[in-house]
Amino acid sequence: MTNTLKHTDFYDNEGKPAWKAWLTTTDHKRIGLLYFYSLTVFFLVGVLLGLMMRFELISPGKDLVEAQTYNGLFTLHGVIMIFLFVIPGIPAVFGNLTLPLLLGARDVAFPKLNLLSWYLYIGGAVLALSTLLVGDGPPDTGWTFYAPYSVKTGTNVSMAVLAAFILGFSSILTGLNFLTTIHRMRCHGMTWFRMPLFAWALYATSWIQLLATPVVGITLLMIVVERWLGIGLFDPVLGGDPVLYQHLFWIYSHPAVYIMILPGMGVISEIIPTFSRRRIFGYKAIAYASLAIAFIGYFVWGHHMFTSGMSGPARIIFSILTFLVAIPSAIKVFNWLATMYNGSIDHKPPMLYALGFIFLFLVGGLSGLVVGALATDVHLHDTYFVVGHFHYVMFGGTGFAFFAALHYWFPKIFGKMYNLKHATRAFWLLFTGFNILYFPMLVVGIMGMPRRYYDYLPQFQVPNVISTIGSWITTAGLIYMIVVIVKGIRHGEKASSNPWNGLTLDWQTDSPPTKENFDAIPTVTERPYEYK
Amino acid sequence: MEEHKPHIVEYLTNIYVWIALAVLTVITIWVSEFDLKLLTVAVALGVASIKATLVLMYFMHLRFDSKILTFMVLITMIVFLSLIVFTFIDYSYRA
Ligand code: HEM
Repeated sequence: MTNTLKHTDFYDNEGKPAWKAWLTTTDHKRIGLLYFYSLTVFFLVGVLLGLMMRFELISPGKDLVEAQTYNGLFTLHGVIMIFLFVIPGIPAVFGNLTLPLLLGARDVAFPKLNLLSWYLYIGGAVLALSTLLVGDGPPDTGWTFYAPYSVKTGTNVSMAVLAAFILGFSSILTGLNFLTTIHRMRCHGMTWFRMPLFAWALYATSWIQLLATPVVGITLLMIVVERWLGIGLFDPVLGGDPVLYQHLFWIYSHPAVYIMILPGMGVISEIIPTFSRRRIFGYKAIAYASLAIAFIGYFVWGHHMFTSGMSGPARIIFSILTFLVAIPSAIKVFNWLATMYNGSIDHKPPMLYALGFIFLFLVGGLSGLVVGALATDVHLHDTYFVVGHFHYVMFGGTGFAFFAALHYWFPKIFGKMYNLKHATRAFWLLFTGFNILYFPMLVVGIMGMPRRYYDYLPQFQVPNVISTIGSWITTAGLIYMIVVIVKGIRHGEKASSNPWNGLTLDWQTDSPPTKENFDAIPTVTERPYEYK
Repeated sequence: MEEHKPHIVEYLTNIYVWIALAVLTVITIWVSEFDLKLLTVAVALGVASIKATLVLMYFMHLRFDSKILTFMVLITMIVFLSLIVFTFIDYSYRA
């Protein structure tokens, strides 16, 4: 490591052509930005597909697309949103941008591996999107690729599955990198319990990425093997077991929802104390709750399979375990509320998104308990209630946490400030649109409308029309937000190094930070949120 | 960052471990002659686990490294075992 530091920020290309400086960079902040821009593109593609689905559902019968096209739409929308947006999401973008800053380190432990993760991500993404253009049409299985249908359909499943496989490796490498960074690279005085809570959340997430992702990798390969070689693993006709596929798939994909939500919770734990000017309530409880969620989260996958013909005892055990995960999640919510109590709350955009997160996550979490209970799930399984529920947690939860993080660390990363007034208005538009879009889905689900169909019975029309109008408002909110952010990046006023008066180390360095983050490695003497 | 001190395992220790591994392999083969019914897989996996533990501890130096690494490997094994057990709670009770 060099001891002579140049005082240029990390945007300086040091004489190299820009494309080369960016595509061969090993700087965690640049890699974070590479992820940020690529994720944004895929997110917008996903939103476009969602809008098309909502348009199709504005009235019964065919409006915009054929049934088979609709099947491709929800599959690609799901694959893109899950594998290209929410799973990499916060760790790949904001973990990369801020983890070394939060720990007082100069970079992550394996910078080159970090760049490799991004290339794997792009490779997987290109493969996933090319299913649209080559072969026999986009996959039509839903993002879950359930066997035996996924083994039999003529559409381009093998390619989509391989894409998910490659994306898995990107995720594993990021997890490995962060685990090592957190163990090895904390600055002087930064004991485990002086670590910012976002770092704790990333720590728990990384463990899941490392231990659960290989399971889905091998499961997806098993599908390819069955399709290409005809080995009977999941197809009953060949002597396989379709429920085994569901076990293997959800052994990964349920922990994966904690890969999505834990980092989001970490972001909220940074923002709430900063904008309440209060020490966080129950620091250790929040840190341990992250670990508890990660751990218990491994053992609840069966709740996706209550109606798949799983044995009775297994269903009961999985239902009980599901209710257990609610405990650490609720601990976090109560701790955030207790932190705000008596604080001097500042309703700046990051805080608004954080409050939005708490509200939407609460609706998502509580509707999750409804489908986590055995009896009610029999009625609600595969209805729009489930679609409403997971959009509340994934979009309302992780999505809003992503936007919160963006508005919170924006001045640090870009060295400028966006327009606060417009950002606040964009938040309200998005928040309102979101509820108009998804709340009717919960209702129409209870009424009995099944998911993954391009058509529905006439009695479901009113909630569907409301929901479609909501999708337009949501999109307007998203566009508004993007305009505010882009304007901020291009013409924003210069931001000071610590505009929110935060106490964590990321705020104690320049905005934008220099290439090596700190002039001298800092020393930490107290816990991260000692607001007086 | 702390200095990494390479730990040198004596040849003799390595040879003992190697002999133990060979003996355990012989046991695996020998046991397969008997019909242990339900226990067949359990015994085979049990012996294999002992072998894996020896390799991890001595050849991969887990025993001489920081305790946190042993702890991490243990957590991984516990998670892995639980995944198998929970899956079989389904299969063993299927009607
Ligand atoms: C404006 C934004 C969005 C709109 C209008 C939208 C709309 C929809 C609709 C209508 C469906 C149900 C399709 C069906 O079952 O027939 C759906 C499914 C889904 N959405 Fe979204 N969505 C949006 C954003 C998101 C986001 C941000 C995520 C993830 C973070 C997401 C993840 C999913 C997933 C995983 C499915 C399930 C796909 C499947 O059934 O295989 N969506 N979306």
